Amino acid sequence: MKRVLLAALLALSTLAPALAVQPDEVLPDPALETRARAISQELRCLVCQNQSIDDSNAPLARDLRLLVRDRLKAGDSDTKVMEYVTDRYGDYVLLRPPFKATTLVLWVGPFAVLLLGAAGTFLFLRGRRGVAAGADTAPLSADERRRLDALLRKDD
Amino acid sequence: MRRLLYLLPFLLFLGVGVAFYLGFERDPRDIPSALIDKPAPTFDLPAIPGQPVQGQLGAGGLSSAKLTGDVTLVNVFASWCIPCKAEHPVITRLSREQGVTVYGINYKDKPEDALTWLSRNGNPYAAIGADQDGRVSIDWGVYGVPESYLIDRKGRIRFKHVGPLTPQVVEEQILPMVKHLRQG
Amino acid sequence: MIPELGHYALVLALFVALVQSVPPLVGAATRNGAWMNVAVPAAIAQMLLVLLAYAALTWAHVVSDFSVLNVVQNSHSAKPMLYKVSGVWGNHEGSMMLWIVMLTIFGAAVAVFGRNLPPTLKARVLAVQGLIGVGFLLFILITSNPFIRVIPAPLDGNDLNPLLQDPGLAFHPPFLYAGYVGFSMAFSFAVAALIEGRVDPAWARWVRPWTLAAWSTLTMGIAMGSWWAYYELGWGGWWYWDPVENASFMPWLAGTALLHSAIVVEKRDALKSWTILLAIVTFSLSLMGTFLVRSGILTSVHAFAVDPKRGIFILVLLAIATGGSLLLYSLRAPSLKAGGLFAPISREGALVLNNLLLSTATATVFIGTLYPLFLDIMKLGKVSVGAPFFNATFLPVAIPMVIAMVVGPFLSWKRADLGSALTRLWVAGVAVVAAVAVTAYVKAGSGPLLALVGIGIAAWAFVGSLVEFADRIALFRTSFRNSWNRAVHLPRSAWGMTIAHACVGLSILGMTGTSAWQTESISAMKPGDRASVAGYEFRFDGVGLVDGPNFKAERGTFTVTKDGRQIATLEPERRSYSTTRMTTTESAIHTTVFSDLYVALGDPTQNGTAWIVRIYHHPLVPWIWIGGIGMMLGGLVSLTDRRFRIGAPERRRMAGKTGDKSAPLPAE
Repeated sequence: MKRVLLAALLALSTLAPALAVQPDEVLPDPALETRARAISQELRCLVCQNQSIDDSNAPLARDLRLLVRDRLKAGDSDTKVMEYVTDRYGDYVLLRPPFKATTLVLWVGPFAVLLLGAAGTFLFLRGRRGVAAGADTAPLSADERRRLDALLRKDD
Repeated sequence: MRRLLYLLPFLLFLGVGVAFYLGFERDPRDIPSALIDKPAPTFDLPAIPGQPVQGQLGAGGLSSAKLTGDVTLVNVFASWCIPCKAEHPVITRLSREQGVTVYGINYKDKPEDALTWLSRNGNPYAAIGADQDGRVSIDWGVYGVPESYLIDRKGRIRFKHVGPLTPQVVEEQILPMVKHLRQG
Repeated sequence: MIPELGHYALVLALFVALVQSVPPLVGAATRNGAWMNVAVPAAIAQMLLVLLAYAALTWAHVVSDFSVLNVVQNSHSAKPMLYKVSGVWGNHEGSMMLWIVMLTIFGAAVAVFGRNLPPTLKARVLAVQGLIGVGFLLFILITSNPFIRVIPAPLDGNDLNPLLQDPGLAFHPPFLYAGYVGFSMAFSFAVAALIEGRVDPAWARWVRPWTLAAWSTLTMGIAMGSWWAYYELGWGGWWYWDPVENASFMPWLAGTALLHSAIVVEKRDALKSWTILLAIVTFSLSLMGTFLVRSGILTSVHAFAVDPKRGIFILVLLAIATGGSLLLYSLRAPSLKAGGLFAPISREGALVLNNLLLSTATATVFIGTLYPLFLDIMKLGKVSVGAPFFNATFLPVAIPMVIAMVVGPFLSWKRADLGSALTRLWVAGVAVVAAVAVTAYVKAGSGPLLALVGIGIAAWAFVGSLVEFADRIALFRTSFRNSWNRAVHLPRSAWGMTIAHACVGLSILGMTGTSAWQTESISAMKPGDRASVAGYEFRFDGVGLVDGPNFKAERGTFTVTKDGRQIATLEPERRSYSTTRMTTTESAIHTTVFSDLYVALGDPTQNGTAWIVRIYHHPLVPWIWIGGIGMMLGGLVSLTDRRFRIGAPERRRMAGKTGDKSAPLPAE
C-alpha cells in the first residue's frame, strides 16, 4: 500500500505547473530567442515525462535551455545545436525522432496505412462496380454511350 | 484469402496485446547512454574549493587526463542527493576493498555542503572535480544523480549505471567488467 | 455502516450483472423468451445497485468519513463541498466507480427505451453490456476497492491533488467517461449483431444515437481537458500530444469515423462489416486508453496512481473484450451480405474517404503513441515521440479530411457529379481566398506559411458548411419565407451536421491563431512596473495575500490598458495548499472573444522584491473551445432527430420483405 501511495505522489508531482522559461534566460536578440524556443520545443526533458525542455521547470531542463542559448550565441546553426545535444544524450532527447532504420515504421507507418487503405478501398469499389454494372446502375443513355465511345477511341 | 483478411484485425490486436504484456517488464525511465564505447569527454574540473589535498593521486580536481592508464569508475554525486548517501558505502567498499579507482564529479553542489558531506560520510574518491554549473556533467550525458561510468584503460566509457549502485550491480556487472577490461 | 452497504451493493451488482449476461444469451440462442427477458430487470437492478454504491462512496466523501481509506487519501475536511463531490471521481478507485455508473446507466437506458428492439437483439445487447459490467465490477472489487476502512481512522485526510480542485477539471472526467463508456453501446450492438449474424439499416439506426451521444460527450470531455490545461498550466498550451491525451483522442477519431460509416449502413445498407469493425475498435481504444493511463506502461505527465497489478487486470479485460469480439468478427463478418452499390464519386464514396482518412489519423496517433513501447520491447533502443512528430504527420491527413468534409454533403447518394458540387461551393472558395489574402496583408508575413493554410482551411470548413445549408434550404433561390420553411422542416440531423462541421472550422481558426501569432513577455516585475504585449499595457500593481478554504494564495493585480483606456483588471494567483504542499498557478484571463490576455504569476525573485510574470496574448484561442462546444451541440441536435425515436417499424417492414430468419418472438 505504501508503495502505491508513493507511486501516486510521484506521478502527481510530475504534473507541476509548467512555468519553465525564466526571465534571466531570455536572450536580448529576439531572432536568436525565437530560434532558441523552437529548438527547446524539439528537445525532451530527460528527467520528466514527455515534456520538452521548453515546458519543464526541472533544473536540468533549465541547464539545457541555457546551453542551447550559449551554443546559439557562439554562432552554431540550429542543426549544430541539436547535434551538440544528441552527441551527449543520444537520439532519445529528440521529440521528433530522426529518420533511420529503427524509426522506419514510425515515419512510414502512417503513410503505409493510408496507401494500403486507399488500395483496399480502390479494390473494394472496383469490385462493387463490377457487380454494379449488372445490377444497380442505370444503363448508359445514348448520349453517355457516345461520350464513352469517344473517350475510348481517344485513348487508342 | 478473404477469410484471412477478416482475421487480420484479430492478429494485429494479438500483437499489440503481447506488446502490452511485455511492456510491464521494461522501465520507461531507463535511458541508454549515447557515449558507450566513446572516449570520455575532455574536461578539467577544479577541486571543491577548500578541499584539503588527499588521496593517492594527490587530488587537485579531476581532468580527463587522469582517466587513462587503469580502469576507473567515475561517480557523479551531490550532497543534496538522497540516493547518493545510500550508495556511498558501496562506493567506499569498491574503492577501499575491491581495488577500483573511483573518481567523483560533485554535481551542482555548494562547496561547504559537499565538504561537510564528505567529512561525515568519508571520502572514497581518488580525486573530485567540482562541477558547479553542471556543464561538464551535461558533456557526460548526466540526467540524474547518482550516475556511475566505467572507463577503460584507453579512457573510453564502457558502462553506465543510473541510480544508486547496489552491491548486486557491483558484483554482477561492475567487477566482472573491470576484470575483463583490465585483461583486454 | 454506509460504506459497507456500498460495498455490499457492489458485490450484489456483480451477481446481477452475471444474471444480466448468461441467461439472456442462452435464452436468445434457444429462443426462450422468459430467459431473454431477465436482461431488462437485471440491467435496471444493476444500475440501481451501482448507483447505491456510488452514493455510499459520495456520502463518505461528503461527510469526510476518514475511516475510509479512499477518503483519507483524497479528501480533507476543509476542502470545499464542490471538490468533496468531484473528489469522488478524482482518484483511481472512484473514477472506476464513475465508469461503471455510466456503463450501467447506458445499459438501463437500452432496457427501458429499447422497447422496439427485436427481442433477441435486445437480449444480446444487454447481455454483452452485462459482461462488460462483470469485468469492471470484478476489477473494482479485486484490485480497486474504494470502501476499504482504516483503523484507527486518522484525524484528517491528505487532501485532493490541488490541480484537480478546479471547476474545469471537476467536470472533465464525467464527460470523458460518458464518452468512453458510451461507445460500449456501439460495441455491444456490434457483438450482438455478429452473434445474430445480421446487420441492416435498422441496426444502424439503433446504434447511431448511442454513438452520437457518446461522441458528443467525449468531444466535450476532450475540450474541457484542453481548456483546463490552457488556463491551469500557466502558459496557455492547449494540446501536448501526451499519451494520456492521445488515449482519449484515438477513440474520438475512431468514433467520428464510426458515426459517419453508420450513416452509410443506415441509408444504403453498405459498409456493414467495416462499421461493425469500427464499433469494436472504437470501444477497444477506449479500453486501451484506460489501460494506458492506469498501467504506467507509457510515461505521461498526467499519469494516474500506477499499479502494474491493475494494469494486468485491465489487460486481461481488454484481451477478452477486444480479442473475443475480433475473433467473433473474423468468423461472422465474412457472411454479412454486402448491400447497396455506389460509384466512387458519391455521398457513400465521400464517407468512405472520410473513413479512410480518419482511420489513418487514428493509426498515426496509435503508432506515434505506442512506438516507444514497441521499439523498447524489441530491444531496438529508446525513442521519444512528441509533439513535433505528431504535428508533422497528423496535419497532412487532417487537411484533406477537412477539405473533403465540406464537399461530401454536396454529393448525392449512389453517384454524383463532383464538378457541380465544386461549382456550388464557389462562395466558400471566394471566402478562402479572401481570408488568406486579408490574413497575409494584416499579418504581413509574420507567422509560418502553415498559418495561412490553417486560415484557409478554417474559412473553407466554416463557410462551406454554411453554403451547404443555404443550398439545402434554397436560400436566395426562392423567397425567404420559403427558405425559412425549408429550414424549419429540415431534419434535425441536417442541422446537427451543419453546426458540427462549421464548428470544426471555428476550432481550426482558434488553433491556427494561437499557434501562429501568440506573443509573450516573460519578465521579473516590481510593483509599478509596466509591460507591453500586443498593444496592451499591463501595469503590475502589487501582490496581496489571500486565504482560501484549504490554501493560502498570493494574488497579483494587473491593470490592463489599451491606448490609455482601461480594459480589465487581472488577478492571477499562486496558491499553496498546506496539506499536499503543492503550489498551483491560477492564471487570470481576460477574453475579448477574438483573443485572450493571459497573465500568470510565477515565483518571487531571490531578493523578494519582484515576481516573475508571464504575460501572453493568444489571438483567436477562445474559438478552439467555442468550436468544441459547437461540435458537441451539433451532435446533440442531431440526436433529437425524429427518425431515431421511431426506428422500429422500419425493420418490421424490411424483415417481412427479406424473409427474416430471426422472426419476432411471442415474448416481449
